[in-house]
Amino acid sequence: MSTSGAGSFGAGLPPAFLRAGSSSFSEFLSAVAPELAPASRTTVTDATELSPHGTTIVACTFPGGVMVAGDRRATMGHMIAQRDIQKVYAADEFSLIGIAGAAGIAVEMVRLFQTELEHYEKIEGAPLSLDGKANRLAAMIRQNLGLAMQGLAVLPLFAGWDPAQGQGRIFSYDATGGRYEETAFHSVGSGSVFARGSLKKLYSPGMDAHSCATAVVQALYDAADDDSATGGPDLTRRIFPIVMQATEEGVSRLSEAETSLIAAEVVQARMERPDGPAAGVI
Amino acid sequence: MSSPFYVAPEQQMKDRADFARKGIARGRSVVVLRYADGICFVAENRSQALHKVSEIHDRIGFAAVGRYNEFENLRIAGIRHADMRGYAYDRADVTGRGLANAYAQLLGTIFSSAGEKPYEVELVVAELGATPGEDQIYRLTYDGSVGDEQHLAVMGGSADVITEVVAAAHADDLPLEDAVRLAVRGLASDAGPGQPPRTIGAEALEVAVLDRSRSRTRKFRRLPAGVLQPMLAGPGQPG
Repeated sequence: MSTSGAGSFGAGLPPAFLRAGSSSFSEFLSAVAPELAPASRTTVTDATELSPHGTTIVACTFPGGVMVAGDRRATMGHMIAQRDIQKVYAADEFSLIGIAGAAGIAVEMVRLFQTELEHYEKIEGAPLSLDGKANRLAAMIRQNLGLAMQGLAVLPLFAGWDPAQGQGRIFSYDATGGRYEETAFHSVGSGSVFARGSLKKLYSPGMDAHSCATAVVQALYDAADDDSATGGPDLTRRIFPIVMQATEEGVSRLSEAETSLIAAEVVQARMERPDGPAAGVI
Repeated sequence: MSSPFYVAPEQQMKDRADFARKGIARGRSVVVLRYADGICFVAENRSQALHKVSEIHDRIGFAAVGRYNEFENLRIAGIRHADMRGYAYDRADVTGRGLANAYAQLLGTIFSSAGEKPYEVELVVAELGATPGEDQIYRLTYDGSVGDEQHLAVMGGSADVITEVVAAAHADDLPLEDAVRLAVRGLASDAGPGQPPRTIGAEALEVAVLDRSRSRTRKFRRLPAGVLQPMLAGPGQPG
């Protein structure tokens, strides 16, 4: 029996499984089954058109937690590749990840990241710190740099509840694995410029969870309003943004009933004022 | 390894088995039993840091007795096996049976290889099914043999005595509190029938459950001392 590749999933436990090593699943994967590791692949030409692109993710904090939301559209060039893609995931029990960029690679990275966090927690008997998780994700994005240069960049937004600081925190990344902590709110993806502009006017630090959820849906609406790659709430097909929160109690996703209600409110208000709520000039 | 004298293979195997059994018998016992909402693991363990009971995957738990470094090595290999399968295929494709087979092969190979000393461990791999009827408790011994237990498994030094006490009052639909109290009563009766049971406090116990009623995909949950204390202090014993 071979000790690598498909042999690793055979009936026995190959020697590599018993060797002393770190608590990192991705390091173990690269050593035992490198063909499954995302970093082992590179292409030679521009591969942008090979994978659909996920678009806008927004996040904002509130006292007691952090909220992450994403629209549901994936595009390939000028085409809508998917209307109901999921771009916000629970990374583990206390953190969330939203993905923008090459969807195929991003979804695989999320799966690896989820396994990485759970693997560490099971082996060590304690979860990684929120900073530890954020750094781990940075290393994964850095390993994707080769593909990013061929047009398959993945730019996640990571957020979670930090039990050490007792607050929700947000981290953004660049394609080289640079990790930046954001205060209050942030947005990534093609519609992020409009979403961030919107949140600037809508966000206030004392907001409760419900206002926060409404603000992120408003921001996604503004992104969809001006960016063709971002999808707005689809009332006819009943496809609404995915909104998830991380609090002291853990990660939860707002039910479709809740998000549809918020989306309906937002759309109703825009019937009166299509540009959204007005902010004072001073 | 060369040996100047002829030793009959039967004797050699018997010596190795005795060696492993002696090592296992030195440790405190572990009880794994079914209860109303799933499977409960109760271990007597004075260490808060060195676990005898652990989560392997969404619906799979692990318990062990014997030499710590050996079963810890097996635990990590099991988590790697489960996560590797779950990542390469799907989480639903990680099964207790696959893991039990992997352990059985490894333990069997080590036990019969002349160059290595046998592992002084005994393991339970328990898997929570979709319904109570599909719950599985696999018990693995140092020589790689696998037993499929229907209701409960006891491992460690005084397993026979403890099994007698626990099996007498056990039912698959016991509420969690009763199941924990019963297991603790069993662990405390390890001196044998007629002897007064010891007192085992919450701080000397490691208890975890695979809980079907838990809404998250990961069904494994530890019961900290704060939760255990009122449970142990609760009213009368079942049976």
